[in-house]
Amino acid sequence: MTAALHAKTPAPGGALAVETVGMTMRFGGFTALDDVSIRIAPGTLHALLGENGAGKSTLVKCMMGFYHASSGQLMVAGREAPVADPRQAHALGLGMVYQHFTLVPSLTAAENLVISREDAPRVIDWRRETAALEEFMARMPFRVPLGQPVSALAAGEKQKLEILKQLYLGRRFLILDEPTSVLTPDEADEVLGHVKALCSAGEITVLMITHKFREVTAFADDVSVLRRGRLVGQGRVADLSHARMAAMMMGEATLPAPAARHGTPGEVVLAVEGAVAPDRSGLKEISVDDLKVRAGEIVGIAGISGNGQMEFMEMLTGQRALISGGMQVNGTPYHATRGEQRRLAIRTLPEEPLRNACAPRMSVAENIAFRSFDAKGAGGKGAPSSFWLNRRQMRKRGEALVAGFKVRTTSVDAPIAALSGGNVQRAVLARELSGDVDLLIISNPCFGLDFAAVSEIRTRIMAARNAGTAVLLMSEDLDEILELSDRVLVMSEGRIVYEVPAAEADIPTLGSHMGGHHMGGHA
Amino acid sequence: MAEQSVTMAPGTGGRRTEWLAPLARRAEGVVLPVAALIAGFALFALFLLMLGKSPVDFYELVYKAGFGTAFSWQNTLSRAAPLLFAALCVALPARLGLVVIGGEGAIVLGGTATGALGVCLAGTPGVVGLPLMALGGALTGALWIGAVGALRHYRGVNETIASLLMAYIGIALMNFLVEGPLRDPASLNKPSTAPLPRSLQVGDIPGMDVHWGLIVALVCCVLTWVLIERTSWGFAARIAGGNVRAAQVQGLPVGRLIVGFTALGGAFAGLAGFYEVAAVQGSANASLAAGYGYTGILIAFLARQNPLAIIPVAILLAGFEASSGLVQRRMDLPDATILVLKAVVFVVILVSDTLYGRFRLFSPERWRTR
Repeated sequence: MTAALHAKTPAPGGALAVETVGMTMRFGGFTALDDVSIRIAPGTLHALLGENGAGKSTLVKCMMGFYHASSGQLMVAGREAPVADPRQAHALGLGMVYQHFTLVPSLTAAENLVISREDAPRVIDWRRETAALEEFMARMPFRVPLGQPVSALAAGEKQKLEILKQLYLGRRFLILDEPTSVLTPDEADEVLGHVKALCSAGEITVLMITHKFREVTAFADDVSVLRRGRLVGQGRVADLSHARMAAMMMGEATLPAPAARHGTPGEVVLAVEGAVAPDRSGLKEISVDDLKVRAGEIVGIAGISGNGQMEFMEMLTGQRALISGGMQVNGTPYHATRGEQRRLAIRTLPEEPLRNACAPRMSVAENIAFRSFDAKGAGGKGAPSSFWLNRRQMRKRGEALVAGFKVRTTSVDAPIAALSGGNVQRAVLARELSGDVDLLIISNPCFGLDFAAVSEIRTRIMAARNAGTAVLLMSEDLDEILELSDRVLVMSEGRIVYEVPAAEADIPTLGSHMGGHHMGGHA
Repeated sequence: MAEQSVTMAPGTGGRRTEWLAPLARRAEGVVLPVAALIAGFALFALFLLMLGKSPVDFYELVYKAGFGTAFSWQNTLSRAAPLLFAALCVALPARLGLVVIGGEGAIVLGGTATGALGVCLAGTPGVVGLPLMALGGALTGALWIGAVGALRHYRGVNETIASLLMAYIGIALMNFLVEGPLRDPASLNKPSTAPLPRSLQVGDIPGMDVHWGLIVALVCCVLTWVLIERTSWGFAARIAGGNVRAAQVQGLPVGRLIVGFTALGGAFAGLAGFYEVAAVQGSANASLAAGYGYTGILIAFLARQNPLAIIPVAILLAGFEASSGLVQRRMDLPDATILVLKAVVFVVILVSDTLYGRFRLFSPERWRTR
């Protein structure tokens, strides 16, 4: 079952065998990593799968010496290797390529390579270094132009240079953290092809964190799956189907029971038709052809982070201009202006509320008043606007909502940044859910919150649905989607690729769509 | 500045906290700038000692020349008017999170527009002509700084750099106009626009040697405070300044707020130019570029961008300016000495900005966790 079949006799100085034994990491009372033992045979490409928060980053940080594991060991080349800091990991030949580039854009590839060396001389003899670099490049199976500034390189070239840098530094075991997240599919295939070839040649061993099943199948030899800090599955890629991997990742037996609900969906409230907008990188497009949310239903959009959910949220909240298509609410065009939001009673809960929905240095009462400060009364549906602020009313309303939503704060005059994450989210929820709400747009509402806050916030969302609010819920937490939604949609690579009534959803199918495998998902 | 940890035991009892907490929150915005100001004075005293001059004599002289007599008060107050306007031009955009430091350009061009309009309106009675000239000056300033806001919001151009560079363009434009198309042939040594007729000049406040601009500037400060603190527009601007993403999600018209507030700030700077021409110089010329715009930056930062706090701070700084001549003569110090003092204070103020929220004393939410 394990990778023993792939074991090759390592060439001297070649690929390293690395193994974690009972690796455990606790942060206070929280166990981020629970007794994880993974053996990575020399010369193999080993994929590490898992949802957000499954413990992948924690594991590799322990291996690289960024964290000190609470218990467990790291074995390198069959010997116990204590790694106190990244420097020691480097000395052992362990290296890591991060999700985002760590090259200096204004320097050339050659300069980047030379300065990355720990023993880089004070005065650099460029003629000698260039000769050495060219000789190094000649030995490599793939090349990057040495003389160009890194900023002039395409993303794929930069990623190749990151890998070359690790080889140049003599690293023989590489951890790649989602190495293709910033690459186009073609670039991804090329880079991973080279990585795979280096492994097969016995030059390096690779542990690759990824979300993409396609890449696992095409390039990896073995796979390990983490879920909630535990190693829940392992095996040879050749023996595993996508459905099987998805099931391991999501945990097959734990389909959460949908929360209690009543009432049936009513009229269409939100309709998105052919809406297209550029994504973060500007290279790809987010395109939502047809999405409808009805009164009294929760439509959940599942997906692995970085597949366009953030951009779609920005489209819905007027932060990202559409190239074509449009949105309608109650049959009239919607552009997310304040007037429309008030008239149509539309509310929003963006993810990371302190960063996206609050002014951190303004007080709790002021933050709670964001919906109502410019309206007479409580700023309910269609309230007339008001030029003057009513500060006494603002404070009184703040105090009432703080009490009603159990926001824990010393005073409503405290800056909202002084509150804990759960209490910031409660304050924002108090603001967005007070009064009539016809449409509620939510993104990752429970990110980073403790258990009590999570269940309370979900209860409030469900209560809004039961009261007839149309809810669009985007979340990377599949459990949350399945618990709350009436219908589940999957977003992948900027598109809605799958839709299913929540009652009929099954995790392997969802998982394989989330993993970017839309055609053969049912195979 | 050296005090690292202010430890005091504020009452943790419920009732005492209740009235102490709001007081403590407000105190931070007063105590830190005042402390920074004092620290700046102390540093400057070291500088004077290095030059072999007595700091005591210096500060005494500044006090006498700026605030010692009725005459020096009038001198100070007449310099305060343009400084109040210039500081508003910094404080208004600052509430939206924009650091605009090019008010000088709007002052200069507002003054030039005033001078040009004065030539066109010669012969009209003051009741008609003066408001038109004021409007012209304010509009010119509004367009100039409003453009900075528009560049920022719609094209992503850094407003600090843009406004600073545009100030140089504005000064060059003013020089070109008063030396070229708008030049009064009779102005030989100092190229100027034609002198304004008596009827188109702003007079003095009765019983004082200070022009009406001071009163208008004070009223503008109060109205700006009301706008920011008591109206929904000001609140919306504070949301946008506090977190532009949150403002967008709330559907607030961020672009209009930015352009509107920067334009209003520019209008105030334009008014400073109007009063410099219509009340002080009598014509537009190179004296318009007297650096009021730059002193305004210091004032606004010292006042924590609060329009009411701008009033005392501007008067203090006007006193410094008023004293510079006397300091030069009596202490045999160069004219630029006051500039050094302003620079030292400014640097200390910027450093003090990093200290907000550091002291438990001022954050009631941390009192209990001791």
